[in-house]
Amino acid sequence: MSDNGKLDCGRRRLIFATATVGGAGAVAAAVPFVSSMLPSERAKAAGAPVEVDISRLESGQMMIVEWQGKPVWIVRRTPAMLETLAQVTGEISDPESKASQQPDYCKNQQRSYEKRPEVLVMIGICTHLGCSPSAKFKAGAEEGMTADWKGGFLCPCHGSTFDFAGRVFKAKPAPTNLPIPPHRYLSEQRILIGEHPTEA
Amino acid sequence: MSSNSQYEKYKSDGSLLGALLEWVDVRFPATALWRSQVGEYYAPKNFNFWYFFGSLALMVLVMQIVTGIFLVMHYKPDGSLDANGIRVAFASINYIMYDVPWGWLIRYMHSTGASAFFIVVYLHMFRGILYGSYRKPRELVWVLGVLIFLCLMAEAFMGYLLPWGQMSFWGAQVIINLFSAIPLVGEPLSVWIRGDVNIGDATLNRFFSFHVIAVPLVLLGLVAAHLIALHEVGSNNPDGVEIGKHTNEKGIPLDGIPFHPYYTVKDIVGVVVFLALFSIVVFFVPEGGGYFLEYNNFFQADPMKTPPHIAPVWYFTPFYSMLRAMVWNFFWVEAKFWGVVAMGAGVVILAFLPWLDRAPAKSIRYRGPIFKTLLAIFVFGFLILGFLGTKVPGYKIFGVSWLDGDIIAQIFTVYYFLFFLTMPLWSKIDKCKPVPERVTWK
Amino acid sequence: MQTCTGKGDLEMNMLRNLKSLLAAVLFVPALAFAEGGVHLDPAPDVSNDPAALQNGVQLFVNYCQGCHSLSSIRYNRLQELGLTEQQIADNLMFTTDKIGEPMLNAMKSEEAKKWFGAVPPDLSLVARARASESGTGADWLYTYLRTFYRDETRPTGWNNLVFDKVGMPHIFYELQGIQEFDGHELKSVKGGKLSPEEYDKAVADLVGFLVWAGEPQAKLRKTLGVWVLLFLAVLGVFAYLLKKEYWKDVH
Repeated sequence: MSDNGKLDCGRRRLIFATATVGGAGAVAAAVPFVSSMLPSERAKAAGAPVEVDISRLESGQMMIVEWQGKPVWIVRRTPAMLETLAQVTGEISDPESKASQQPDYCKNQQRSYEKRPEVLVMIGICTHLGCSPSAKFKAGAEEGMTADWKGGFLCPCHGSTFDFAGRVFKAKPAPTNLPIPPHRYLSEQRILIGEHPTEA
Repeated sequence: MSSNSQYEKYKSDGSLLGALLEWVDVRFPATALWRSQVGEYYAPKNFNFWYFFGSLALMVLVMQIVTGIFLVMHYKPDGSLDANGIRVAFASINYIMYDVPWGWLIRYMHSTGASAFFIVVYLHMFRGILYGSYRKPRELVWVLGVLIFLCLMAEAFMGYLLPWGQMSFWGAQVIINLFSAIPLVGEPLSVWIRGDVNIGDATLNRFFSFHVIAVPLVLLGLVAAHLIALHEVGSNNPDGVEIGKHTNEKGIPLDGIPFHPYYTVKDIVGVVVFLALFSIVVFFVPEGGGYFLEYNNFFQADPMKTPPHIAPVWYFTPFYSMLRAMVWNFFWVEAKFWGVVAMGAGVVILAFLPWLDRAPAKSIRYRGPIFKTLLAIFVFGFLILGFLGTKVPGYKIFGVSWLDGDIIAQIFTVYYFLFFLTMPLWSKIDKCKPVPERVTWK
Repeated sequence: MQTCTGKGDLEMNMLRNLKSLLAAVLFVPALAFAEGGVHLDPAPDVSNDPAALQNGVQLFVNYCQGCHSLSSIRYNRLQELGLTEQQIADNLMFTTDKIGEPMLNAMKSEEAKKWFGAVPPDLSLVARARASESGTGADWLYTYLRTFYRDETRPTGWNNLVFDKVGMPHIFYELQGIQEFDGHELKSVKGGKLSPEEYDKAVADLVGFLVWAGEPQAKLRKTLGVWVLLFLAVLGVFAYLLKKEYWKDVH
């Protein structure tokens, strides 16, 4: 590069100035292009809170609703199901949900509102690699689980197991418990998924 | 491309970057390519205003590809109706304009870019005619350029269908129906192009495929060939003299300067000025007064209703005028067919320019009065053809009854072809001035 | 997009200058050759009047949205007109709508086709689509909505000066009253709830809203354009100096 030697100070300064201004322009011009890949208004609208009527959800049953394109499980747990939670605590890797994702009002053993312990609202996506676990509510080996199984969920992809509060058992690939989305009760039987309670 | 051995491989200066370059150079002719194509590509030092448009065309091409890539992320080539009674393709353009963050800007850049591309390319071609850049030894550079122009027309035509508006639909309808004018094979050919008896979803999908993949690939290949051929023979200049005839002891042309840094810094100025003009359109008049984005195309495609006036986008109108000018049946073949022939020939004839021109001088600076006069009329006529192509048939210029648009279009169409066909005669007898040995400078 | 008046004026002036420059360069030929069409009344520009635009959206919801959708505008976008989310929910939305949803019409398109013979078009782009050599889309709409007249030969009983044999009835006849056309000019034969001036203002507001809806980012676009041009001017100075510096070598 023979011209390198000829680069005097003024020229160097001008190159620097032009490159700086041009570079700033290039970065600014990239902003719209990069931003265009963010969620659009349509995607945002699709991610709006979802209202769910749980009046027809029977005890011991589960329903699935879509919120932000993800499956949200609503389980009305029986007292027996809730009892298993204390029994398995020793086998859970994060029993107090310290490392897990849930709103403060659901940071407890049953991972739901203190006033509505039976209703579990949870995002049905495994925290390992994003598969959706399946319900294995029956205790014992009937649904292909081990004989000491007390009921919960099993991720078919890599075998993570969760109890009736979505807490992951020890020595399983999923790092944390299943996340609980923000939600609030509009009335006794109507839940709004995607919004925290107004008083909280 | 010049042989790689002609250029020395990079020798590391001890720095990390230098070592990396040396490593690459052993395995890939990076330095040789840079030197042969840019750093030691000697261009005549007397380039003027007209020589900006080549690099600008390249820049617009890159811009169209980049904006296009981002538009494809959101666009849907689907002619069916959605739940709201809006055609999916049309709705997806609205989605880009309203819902996608900054989608409107990217779309306006792409739509304005299409017109900008043609403005730049028309001026680039006109430069070639002004200074005889198509003459020996640059015939192939010119022919490749004409192929690029053809590709560009195909690209623009197919891209225009994608918004699935009224003009998209009916413009494509009219142009594809032209093919049905070809004797014997015409009807099945037009059905084959559409993939249906009428323009429909099949047409939209194949045009999408061609617009985003096939034609851009060919276009990029042709542009590369155009540049390689140019760098093999060297650039022409406003004086139309060969700078390679006078070299120093190292074989470097006396009137040549390295493309980089001299023309790179000069072209940056051109790019900034261009971007300013481009931005004025994108940000203040994105519809370009109805010429860049036609108003009727804000209505979605309706196969049941033809808009009262269909005109192609402005960059096609000179050739569209030639098509409409053919109203006579020759040799028992209907006029429609000759219209298609005229339109096609109007573009193709450009490729023969290198062999039609017989003048001793290349540049207009040293050419005689016949060329200058005929070229001036040619440019005027081309603009008039372009203008009339945007108008309805039977249009009267200034509303004056004897300034009949149809007849004027016929006159200038005939002139357009005569200009080329008689060129071997008049270019030879035209009185040229003596051409200097070296380029004129200051 | 709120700007202080001084800067706004400057922008407007620059814009006007740019516009006239461009018009002079590019479009004067087109204008000079313009075909004689229907005469359109120029629509008043209400783009800087939030109250007018808010009135426009109210008119749209009350009178137009029964049949016409505005599918590209989501309710929450109306906040750009200075409305709050609560105001929008209370005054402009059907109870079943959500704030992020587009402004759709209540009528299904099959029913509409049965009643009117055609599906009432989506109005998102109407203000852009109706532009022509005769005037802007706003001018067309402003004239169109004021030139309905009684015509017993039409199935709806109405006809229109700029849209002959229009399928839509005169939706505002209670506001405007009834006009008749004698072949030369429109004559009012029965007054409406609004005076002619009030009616023109109402139509101007509605048209202003439709113009906004045609390109809600229009203001942002122009403001941004000024900044882009200023930036390019600075870059241009440096680029030019750099070019001059290098070309000192060339003799």
